[in-house]
Amino acid sequence: MTTLNIALVGNPNCGKTALFNLLTGSRQKVANYAGATVERKEGWFTTPAGRGVRLLDLPGAYSLNATSPDEAVTRDVCAGTYRGEAAPDLLVCVADATNLRLHLRFVLEMRALGRPVVLALNMIDAATRNGMEIDLPRLQAETGMPVIPTVGIKRDGARALLAQLDGTPPPVPTPLPPGTDLHAMVRQILADCVTHTTPLSDRVEERLDRWVLHPVWGPVILVVLLFLMFQAVFAWAQPLMDAIDAGMGLLGQQVGRLLPAGALRSLIVDGVIAGAGSVVTFLPQILILFAWILVLEESGYLPRAAFLLDRLMSFAGLSGRSFIPLLSSFACAVPGIMATRTIQNPRDRLITILIAPLMTCSARLPVYTLLIGAFVPHRTVLGFMNLQGLVLFGLYAAGIVSAVLVALVLRWRNADRREATLLMELPAYRLPNPRDIALGLWERARIFLVRVGTTIVSLTVLLWGLSSFPPPPAGATGPAIDWSLAGRIGHLMLPLFAPLGFNWQICVALIPGLAAREVAVGALATVYSLGSGTDTDQAAAQLGQMLPTHWSLATALSLLAWYVYAPQCVATLAVIRRETTSWRVVAVTAGYLFGLAYLAAFLTYHIVRAL
Amino acid sequence: MRLSDLPRGADAIIDSVNDTASNDPVARRLRELGFVPGEPVRIIATAPLGGDPMAVRIGFTRFALRRTEADRVTVHIAENPA
Repeated sequence: MTTLNIALVGNPNCGKTALFNLLTGSRQKVANYAGATVERKEGWFTTPAGRGVRLLDLPGAYSLNATSPDEAVTRDVCAGTYRGEAAPDLLVCVADATNLRLHLRFVLEMRALGRPVVLALNMIDAATRNGMEIDLPRLQAETGMPVIPTVGIKRDGARALLAQLDGTPPPVPTPLPPGTDLHAMVRQILADCVTHTTPLSDRVEERLDRWVLHPVWGPVILVVLLFLMFQAVFAWAQPLMDAIDAGMGLLGQQVGRLLPAGALRSLIVDGVIAGAGSVVTFLPQILILFAWILVLEESGYLPRAAFLLDRLMSFAGLSGRSFIPLLSSFACAVPGIMATRTIQNPRDRLITILIAPLMTCSARLPVYTLLIGAFVPHRTVLGFMNLQGLVLFGLYAAGIVSAVLVALVLRWRNADRREATLLMELPAYRLPNPRDIALGLWERARIFLVRVGTTIVSLTVLLWGLSSFPPPPAGATGPAIDWSLAGRIGHLMLPLFAPLGFNWQICVALIPGLAAREVAVGALATVYSLGSGTDTDQAAAQLGQMLPTHWSLATALSLLAWYVYAPQCVATLAVIRRETTSWRVVAVTAGYLFGLAYLAAFLTYHIVRAL
Repeated sequence: MRLSDLPRGADAIIDSVNDTASNDPVARRLRELGFVPGEPVRIIATAPLGGDPMAVRIGFTRFALRRTEADRVTVHIAENPA
């Protein structure tokens, strides 16, 4: 039997992705559509009768009359005109049974395509709970396509759909006469097929929204949620991070004992384990942050947060829609910039992309944590606040304030004076489905670990090589690294960075930081452990205690200020290039971030020294 | 009256959606989302700091829209609130 090509289509928030995850499990591939910056999700499964199916999860769309790049992809793939995509053999149109008035209109649009269509009436369980009775045979007759009830969040919720795929293929529906009033038709279908036994105002959404969208309680709830989120990232992750850190230290010691002293031991222990280990430690923080964002997204809360913050964002010339990408940027600017695809206004989208790198991403945390721990005294100020926490908060705030200022400048410079739009659905609240969260987290963890395993390890090894060779000549005095290539590069960069108070070791660490900011910590560990000539596997762990003897407070604070802007992240610049298809935007981003970083570090260094 | 003139909790019926320019994408999208004559709407919330944007329930769906977007929709107060 040949493989069946199926496309899942439907409105945003119809539960399409949950159904996709249910059908395909972890046999998924996420990429981009050829020539577009739209995420392409494909998966595979086998029906009970043994038929192979290739399932494409198309971007959610309200209409075939596209208003965004996502909707244009959906339109073209459904029509079979997208270059490089096989025309689907069957469209499975997913509609939320509790929101048929909106979703049925799009379902009816499908009839014009001339392809077999099946209507998956999703979340049928929620409809029953909401007191809705739906006459399925009648709905099937009036929509002109097979109607199959599904529950995307239940283990066997797609059984009827699978049975349909194994049965006789559905016919191509007859197109509606041109000029049909789809809204009127939907109204008629609903009147014929759906009976309500519970009034609308008693629904969960209505009761919850009275609090969540309340002008006073809404913002209070939002602040509490964000506070809990940051608390979780910084406090709850600590035991896990300590455990990984200890495990890596132990691993270094054990491996160090097994290998004979020499270049190989130095490479494995100083290069690979010390370098990668210092980065893997941050996995718990990154996962906790992503878990929060995924839960807030799945539950339907994020668009409400965007609603509450729209006014605030409009002061910076943006809309509430920018809130979600910017919040994700606290985890990492790469998914944040990718999330700007939901912003329809091109100007708002561009500004959001440009300021996303100013949100303090989790990769900067290793640097912040290390420097704050080493240089800021652990003491209480104003009776209840921790000075270290306060400095960390200040660094986050500096990023946000800079982002607002940059956004205002960009908006003022931009000639596009078109109206900013918000128009956004506030979807039904949903209990986040553990499987969907787990799949999302697994994807994140995989990306992170692959990065550690490839880019970061190879960079640390390269850096180790640069720092170890050539070896110092016989009879040389001073640390060996002074004689190495890295030392020479660091010395060459020094004239540019000396005004910021940076020494050549920092300059060396800035180079691999280009690939991934968090590598700077591993790089400092490598540079100092090789330079100190002490028991090397201990050096990485002792970096925090060692730095104050090498750097002044002004240097440390200057490096912190540098990292608020930290232009050196190739991954961010690459994703900006991919999302905007413009090298100019990449150059503007890198240029302004470098300028601000230099200025801020310069000012910090000289002000602290003067005090 | 316009949708943007309604206070929180008000129920109304849509009269029309008007383009502010020719082929206005916002007006077109509003119509596709179900803002069509005869449809009942309710203002379920207004945002902090000046009541802009507003959250509107139409049918089973809730939408957030800015006042400039809601300006395009003319309504009359419903006599028998849904």
